[in-house]
Amino acid sequence: MKPRVLVPVGYGLNCEEETVYIYRLLGAEVDKVHMNDLIENPKIIRDYHILDLIGGFVDGDHIAAGIIHANRLRYDLEGELQEFIQTDKLIIGICNGFQTLVKAGLLPGFEGDYKSQRITLICNDSGKFEDRWVHLAVNRDSNCIWTKGIEKLYLPVRHGEGKIRSDPFVLDKLKQNDQIVLFYASPVDGKPTMIYPHNPNGSDMAIAGICDPTGRIFGLMPHREAFWSPYNHPKWHRLKIAGKLPREGPGIKLSRNGIEYVREHLI
Amino acid sequence: MSFRIKVGSKPGEKDVLGENTKKEIESFFHFNIDSVVTRKVYSIDATLSEKELQLLERDLFIDAITEYLCEEDTFDWFIEVGYKPGVTDNVGSTSKNVAIPAILHRKLKDDESVWTTTQYLINSEDLTENDVERIGIKLLANPIIEDVKIVSYDQMKKEELKFTSPKIKGKQDININAYNLNVSDEELIKISTEGVLALILEEMKTIKEYFNKEDVIVERKRIGMDEAFWDKPTDAELECLAQTWSEHCKHKIFNSIIHHKDEETGKEELIDSLFNTYIKNPSNKIGDELGWVASSFHDNAGAVKFNDRILVVDKIETHNSPSALEPYGGAITGIVGVNRDPMGTGKGAKLMFNVFGYCFGSPHTKEVPEGVLHPKRIRDGVHKGVIDGGNQSGIPLVSGWEFFDERYTFRPIVYCGTIGVMPVEINGEPSHLKKADPGNVIIMVGGRVGKDGIHGATFSSAELDKESPVQAVQIGDPITQKKMSDFLLGARDLDLYKCITDNGAGGLSSSVGEMARYCNGCKFDLKKVPLKYQGLDPWEILVSESQERMTVAVEPEKVEQFLELSKKRGVESTILGYFENSGRFHVTYGDKTVAYLDMEFLHEGLPKMELEAIWKRPIFEDPDFEQPKEMNKTLEVMLGRLNICSKEEKLRQYDHEVKGLSVIKLLVGEECDVPSDATVSFLEYGSMEGLAVAEGKNPHYSEIDTYHMTASIIDEAIRRIIAIGGKLPSKNTVFYGLDNFCWNISTLNSEEGKFKLAQLVRANKALADYCEAFKIPCISGKDSMKNVWKLRETVNGKKVEKIISIPPTLMFSARAKINDISKTVTMDVKKPGDLIYVIGLTFDELGGSEYYSYIGEKLRGKRYIGNNVPKVDAESAKKIYRSISEATGKELLHSIHTPTIGGLGVALAKKAFAGGYGMEVDLRKVPYDGKSRNDYVLFSQSNSRFILTVPSEKKEEFERIMRENIYSQIGIVIQDTKLKIKGLDGNFLIDSDLDFLKKAWKNTLGN
Repeated sequence: MKPRVLVPVGYGLNCEEETVYIYRLLGAEVDKVHMNDLIENPKIIRDYHILDLIGGFVDGDHIAAGIIHANRLRYDLEGELQEFIQTDKLIIGICNGFQTLVKAGLLPGFEGDYKSQRITLICNDSGKFEDRWVHLAVNRDSNCIWTKGIEKLYLPVRHGEGKIRSDPFVLDKLKQNDQIVLFYASPVDGKPTMIYPHNPNGSDMAIAGICDPTGRIFGLMPHREAFWSPYNHPKWHRLKIAGKLPREGPGIKLSRNGIEYVREHLI
Repeated sequence: MSFRIKVGSKPGEKDVLGENTKKEIESFFHFNIDSVVTRKVYSIDATLSEKELQLLERDLFIDAITEYLCEEDTFDWFIEVGYKPGVTDNVGSTSKNVAIPAILHRKLKDDESVWTTTQYLINSEDLTENDVERIGIKLLANPIIEDVKIVSYDQMKKEELKFTSPKIKGKQDININAYNLNVSDEELIKISTEGVLALILEEMKTIKEYFNKEDVIVERKRIGMDEAFWDKPTDAELECLAQTWSEHCKHKIFNSIIHHKDEETGKEELIDSLFNTYIKNPSNKIGDELGWVASSFHDNAGAVKFNDRILVVDKIETHNSPSALEPYGGAITGIVGVNRDPMGTGKGAKLMFNVFGYCFGSPHTKEVPEGVLHPKRIRDGVHKGVIDGGNQSGIPLVSGWEFFDERYTFRPIVYCGTIGVMPVEINGEPSHLKKADPGNVIIMVGGRVGKDGIHGATFSSAELDKESPVQAVQIGDPITQKKMSDFLLGARDLDLYKCITDNGAGGLSSSVGEMARYCNGCKFDLKKVPLKYQGLDPWEILVSESQERMTVAVEPEKVEQFLELSKKRGVESTILGYFENSGRFHVTYGDKTVAYLDMEFLHEGLPKMELEAIWKRPIFEDPDFEQPKEMNKTLEVMLGRLNICSKEEKLRQYDHEVKGLSVIKLLVGEECDVPSDATVSFLEYGSMEGLAVAEGKNPHYSEIDTYHMTASIIDEAIRRIIAIGGKLPSKNTVFYGLDNFCWNISTLNSEEGKFKLAQLVRANKALADYCEAFKIPCISGKDSMKNVWKLRETVNGKKVEKIISIPPTLMFSARAKINDISKTVTMDVKKPGDLIYVIGLTFDELGGSEYYSYIGEKLRGKRYIGNNVPKVDAESAKKIYRSISEATGKELLHSIHTPTIGGLGVALAKKAFAGGYGMEVDLRKVPYDGKSRNDYVLFSQSNSRFILTVPSEKKEEFERIMRENIYSQIGIVIQDTKLKIKGLDGNFLIDSDLDFLKKAWKNTLGN
């Protein structure tokens, strides 16, 4: 049996093509399913091992990014989603998908609570949508299954609402639990930074991505699917001259970890 | 019941909008402001239970972590901004149609509504009511589309504010009127002007004659039209003819008969259609020779065969008039509108990439006349509109440029373009062909129809002034369109429709009218069209340009399946009628006929215009000035000029890599912040083929000679493609062009009109000559002819009218296939020790240059233009381009950049600071033919040149390839981050720190 991935689409979600391409490259079976079809028949979620909530401008980011979509998950798919989580399956949410995950309460998932919103993602300090590549430090103590074996990443962010906010108690708990997986990092020393533009949005504690306590649900702002080819790197010509051009796009590693986890534990 | 949910940031949370507004007020008006706090207000006019309201507050409108429900606020001044009735409120409509139903699991009724407003609570003791009004109207709101409410705290205490919903209260009765055209010529003109029909007398007379024809009258009687309409057009008919015959739709000037006289050569000639003579016919001939052009100049966009699998579909439009009045709405409608062109080409393309080109007045302009928006506001609004339109649709931006000149203050130019792809075949049929057959059902898909955008096509064909109509302004809704395009692509692949076109200019009258040409007739009912609100007269429904709509032709047996899929995807589709072979364009409202026109008259009845063009070469002052002493400083100032400086602050706000296809991005270099000569993107995942995209433009050359302007910008677009590793066109190499004209003709056949038309003729001749020389087929283009502004001033107590025209503005776009993207090159220097070469000859061609502009402004407060405009020698250029392509193909180059505005000096600086390494260069080694002056060599804008770097071990091989061209090694890349240029006397002319130069380049339009 092949790992099976569900990519919900529609309502202005828009990273499906590149996301699907990566999973196919890794030998997974992947289906794009329109949200309306999913809501009409939520049981189909059971056929999949991975739920990939892609980026986009779902519902135009109107009212607040991801909130309307989060309500679809909460109001129409909640039973199936809780079941999906309880059966140890994987969820990844990128950018718009991350915003949806936290607003639906699927992250941070403290003490098995996958319903309560504890954190949020708000308007960047700059007040602007920005597209730029950022350096990311990976917390090696996190049990996030998606970032296994990865120390650092260089990926694009493309968002207007990516600033993590929460109360100090929640942030502290995220830190204590090693649920903070990715930090915006300084290109100089690779350490978490609050300095713009390396931290593109002013996120609390330079957080770029978090996981639930099990490490199976992962949400992040940067777009790993936008780095599937080494030629996506904004400076690949320079890497090539220096003989450092990687053989594959490092963004693929995250999905490979997910697929391998499925092969080892869920099939 | 009315509910108002007022949401604010919790104390201690950052109110980004408030903080930014404060900064804007301070920098725009220099007022002292203590603070600005903002509130988002959602007003709901619907029946809701207390529990439902709480649910909506908790789960939808308020983010419990950072926001709270506000009640009493304190402030000095209160400004609330909301849309006027009938203006699209995207957040409000998403709330009503999608967000609230997702929670309540029921739909709100048609007459229930949600609308949004923003409150700005200003604390400042210095402001008067007049100041606050200026803030409201000049900065926060655009009175054309928004209402502003201004109250002081004391007033608010005294009386409660009343908030009314911006609902349109539609009238109940529907009117169909007859136009009596059996009147005098003056009356005919009056009818055209007052109705914003933009029809000239001869056209009005042709229409009058048609309706007086005996057989027409008989036929109208026969089908039972009301007697009032037997020999008179209905309003719907006249409007429909005006739309179909508009300059915007029929390109009357481009298709006119022109008597052209060249006073320089004494030659006189008769040109029957500029478009056929210089664009379509030559392009078709080149296209036939090359073999890969699939469709050009007849569908909504052009199409070429990119490889065995896919076609590339391409179109660029302008949206100038609406952007001048409401920059955000005009521009978002522009980009979302041009998206529908590839979508409506052939069987329908998938949208891949967007491009833009803007011409504005200086954002640093001090004062603007009444009725004109400040250029900074226009610039910010236009960018924001295209940013939102592209980002929300998930379409990356692959190219964008800006050009500044004071004349664009009155009339900005907004080019928006979209590239799409479609499979070569869909369900066994060629994808670029389509046809509607008799019996096919007419279905309208997407958004609803309102009064917005009525007269868009005729309006854009008229000149602007302070009293320009505002109903032409609308706001695009990218999400509704995205849902529609996703649905239509699904329907296309299931073969559910046969023909598709977009509803743009002219609305249904154009879309159905155009499709009806395939089978020669149609009949449809306007009463079936879903409306945003009641009370539209039939003619309004027929010509409304409400956005986000496509029209399709569906075979009767597939209608049910089409409608079912549409419903599942949350997209509204409505049957309006059917196509038939009747020879008539037949429109009803219920069972009443409101339009009944011969198809032939509708599409072929427009009489050709006859125009005169006279070319007389304008002579400008040849500037005579000393070379500046401080060349370091001069270079810095040049780098900071509006037409040269960094536009990164705006460019970054466009998503330029969604879909993950970018290979050479908009911004390159060590710090990813310098624009690349062209961008390259994959079109398919897992392929090594790519599409290179670049444009050429320089309206400042137009003043001297539009012929050489056109030649220069064609060359610019081509050499940008060559610079990233592209190749000239051949049977095996796809390389096509698009031409987009924005001209400035206000009156035809006047002395000024004849000259401007001659400028257009010259541009067209160059287009034909140079496309032929480089063998580039144009596949699509567009023209916007009336980019002028009537400025009414009072001088010495007298009212005078002055026409302000933009300089003739042409954008030439080049697109080329890259066979192996791994061999592409970028512009930034990459390694110390690499050898720096200049390829091509520099002349003292400073006419229309940025350097002359600068010197003129410095010495006399007005730019110098000069006469020695850059020219293009296509034969030597082609030789250079072939050699460069050979060198990039063999991977001999580390970097390559082509000088454009600002010449070698600016190009060298950008190349160095992009790469983060210095350069040592000797101007004496630059191949140059002209007056011996450092500044001329540095800033001349001669065409067909490159600056490139080669690793020293590749020197011999590179020079062997270049041996038949003019080239020279002029220096070397150095570790030291300095730009050092030796002048013609052998002394250092420029010795400047790269950081310093980069700052000068970034500061002008930085944050």
